[in-house]
Amino acid sequence: MRPSFQSWGRYPKAEHQVLQLEWLTDRIPQLGEGQSLLPYGLGRSYGDSCLNDGQTLLATWRLNRFIEFEAATGRLRAEAGVSLADILAIAAPRGWFLPVTPGTKHVTLGGAVANDVHGKSHHVSGSFGNHVDRFELLRSDGRRLLCSPEENPDYFAATVGGLGLTGLITWVELRLKRVPGPWIDVEELQFRGLDEFLALSRESEQTHEYIVAWVDCASKGKNLARGIFSRGNHSLSKAPWVRPKPGPRMPVDLPGFALNPLSVGLFNSLYFHKQFSPRKARTVSYEPFFYPLDAIEDWNRAYGKQGFLQWQCVVPFENARETMKEILTRISASGLASFLSVMKTMGAMPPVGMLSFPAPGVTLALDFPARHARLFPMLGELDEIVAEAGGRLYPAKDARMSGRHFRLFYPRHEEFKKYIDPAFSSSFWRRVMSA
Amino acid sequence: MPKHKLERIVIAGATSGIAREVGRLLASRGARLFLVARDPAKLDAVAADLRARGAEGVHTAVADLASTTSHEQWWPEALAALGEPDGVLVAHGILGDAERARRDASHTTEILTTNFLSVAAMLAPISTWFEQRRSGVIAVIGSVAGDRGRQSNYVYGASKGGLDIFLQGLRNRLFHAGVDVVTIKPGFVDTPMTAHLPKTPLFASAESVASGIVGAMEAGRDVVYLPFIWRWILLVLKMIPEAVFKRLKT
Ligand SMILES: Cc1cc2nc3c(=O)[nH]c(=O)nc-3n(C[C@H](O)[C@H](O)[C@H](O)COP(=O)(O)OP(=O)(O)OC[C@H]3O[C@@H](n4cnc5c(N)ncnc54)[C@H](O)[C@@H]3O)c2cc1C
Ligand SMILES: NC(=O)c1ccc[n+]([C@@H]2O[C@H](COP(=O)([O-])OP(=O)(O)OC[C@H]3O[C@@H](n4cnc5c(N)ncnc54)[C@H](OP(=O)(O)O)[C@@H]3O)[C@@H](O)[C@H]2O)c1
Repeated sequence: MRPSFQSWGRYPKAEHQVLQLEWLTDRIPQLGEGQSLLPYGLGRSYGDSCLNDGQTLLATWRLNRFIEFEAATGRLRAEAGVSLADILAIAAPRGWFLPVTPGTKHVTLGGAVANDVHGKSHHVSGSFGNHVDRFELLRSDGRRLLCSPEENPDYFAATVGGLGLTGLITWVELRLKRVPGPWIDVEELQFRGLDEFLALSRESEQTHEYIVAWVDCASKGKNLARGIFSRGNHSLSKAPWVRPKPGPRMPVDLPGFALNPLSVGLFNSLYFHKQFSPRKARTVSYEPFFYPLDAIEDWNRAYGKQGFLQWQCVVPFENARETMKEILTRISASGLASFLSVMKTMGAMPPVGMLSFPAPGVTLALDFPARHARLFPMLGELDEIVAEAGGRLYPAKDARMSGRHFRLFYPRHEEFKKYIDPAFSSSFWRRVMSA
Repeated sequence: MPKHKLERIVIAGATSGIAREVGRLLASRGARLFLVARDPAKLDAVAADLRARGAEGVHTAVADLASTTSHEQWWPEALAALGEPDGVLVAHGILGDAERARRDASHTTEILTTNFLSVAAMLAPISTWFEQRRSGVIAVIGSVAGDRGRQSNYVYGASKGGLDIFLQGLRNRLFHAGVDVVTIKPGFVDTPMTAHLPKTPLFASAESVASGIVGAMEAGRDVVYLPFIWRWILLVLKMIPEAVFKRLKT
């Protein structure tokens, strides 16, 4: 399906000329002076890292052919526009699974590499780039660079997490992971407060491959940082699996007021109490476990026309408890409750990219309708708290961090600049390189 | 139960945006496919994709389908590779440059040869083979543009309109042998052919058109508009009297 050529948060809005790529042999079109290009996958980035306002996007979604899949070893080579959903469709029935997956399967391989995406298994598997053996990088001067940790290792490190700025990734080769079947044994536990969250995380990192927590961002006082901790492992269940039917689609933009602090607070409270027992275990298929939001197509339209912002940070373990407490307190005091707030610990495996986001510590992801005047000042304060704690923000989910903060969060940006393709740029990059 | 099981299928013009998606649907069910296209690099890329997506076997032949004799080479190869095909899908075509075709006889000839003559020619041996087998389905991608001549693209329209009449006759003949002939008439589809056009809401995705084609082939339908709405659009368009139509800027 043709993507929207907006970002997933639909904020900020941008206008583009779109050039469609069809075949691996296609060349990068030559543009005039002062014009720039940016690859665009399925637009599942929230802010402006997948946008190039007033300029050109190189659409990769039709570069979506598999090149080779070795069902015996799990080695897969595919064009960069192949989505994780496409991969699961052929691999899962044959006992293979993605080594790392974000919370939606509608992202392309190129996008997964360019943001070095992470998932619920970060504490054991690291991020996407840790499982990529090679890819081809097509530069605007026509050079095709084979990149791996051995060949052109500098371009490899610049392109993983490189925000699409180093050239076009044309194909990717990665290693899938053997699994016993499509089922996941899940356990969900209520927790109250950060101490309980951290203790559960520490314990579960040893016993579970997948961990994540949902936090109630609307509650205050003694309920601050209450939530539901979910942990899972691939199940040995041999139950027959039926491929899920596509779910409903959000047919219209909901009016802006549909998700207001009251309804969000109510939702959060209901969600916390949906589970009456403090502990619940069951076996579910991988779809609802990894991709609960994919069940409603175009769910981002629930936030209305103005769109919404995501905000995701990671903070080192030594400061995590105090920093998260401070952040959650500010948010609940602001009354700008976040609808979906997700918290998890990240592990120690070093990412391969120069600008990769993941780092050991606690990561928190929030979303807010782009509506309240108070929102931007409050997020600015949160950025400062993260900076003081030695953490960083995730560019894939950012539409507004200051250039000063970006450069502080990503000290290797100077080194990275050498690898930027002179014909490539993005709204995000122009923003964080100025101001 | 579908009337035709599409387990062994020949696709001419297999690298087309629409045919690629048909190939994927069939591959995911484990079909065996014989693909014909002119560009070897594209053909290899499509074949590899269909293998990975579960096709039981993928065979290929490189051919210039603007030629009215290329089938002499690839049709026997297809029979050798698949044994008894259950069906054939003909998908190749060019939109051409309507402006150029107005003045340039060679371009007019190229459009008519690629879209109409080569198809009529290849269907001579193919239809005879299916007639003798006494089962199977032959599907050809025509176009809504073949339903009425318009100044903006009447050469392309004529090539598709010619196919329409040809396939009517073929359908009538093969009906008596238990073979179905399906005329597919897509409206605007988002493929390389229309890459230069702005994408209005009337555009359908290649995936949805492909699933309509597979359904129509399985059921052995006669004429299908894809999406369905085009049937009504064309019904209205065809009702306008010629004396009025010729005055319109179409
Ligand atoms: C519901 C939801 C949940 C999510 N959960 C997570 C999560 O758990 N963890 C996580 O890390 N992220 C998560 N994300 C973010 C998402 O995984 C990333 O933004 C991902 O990179 C999007 O991929 P895409 O194909 O849509 O790329 P786009 O958003 O279109 O582009 C992303 C970047 O990749 C570049 N790019 C795309 N294709 C190429 C190419 N072929 N060559 C070079 N550069 C290219 C673009 O230029 C851009 O900089 C989530 C997003 C959503 C909507
Ligand atoms: N897209 C639409 O809006 C639309 C609407 C109605 C009908 N149709 C019809 O649908 C069919 C498929 O088109 P599409 O939309 O999928 O567009 P497409 O991707 O451009 O496909 C056309 C295919 O025809 C092939 N072809 C052209 N000339 C050829 C030749 N001489 N020899 C071999 N192959 C040749 C092309 O091969 P190369 O890849 O090598 O160029 C290409 O694969 C066509 O018959 C078209 O007329 C399309």
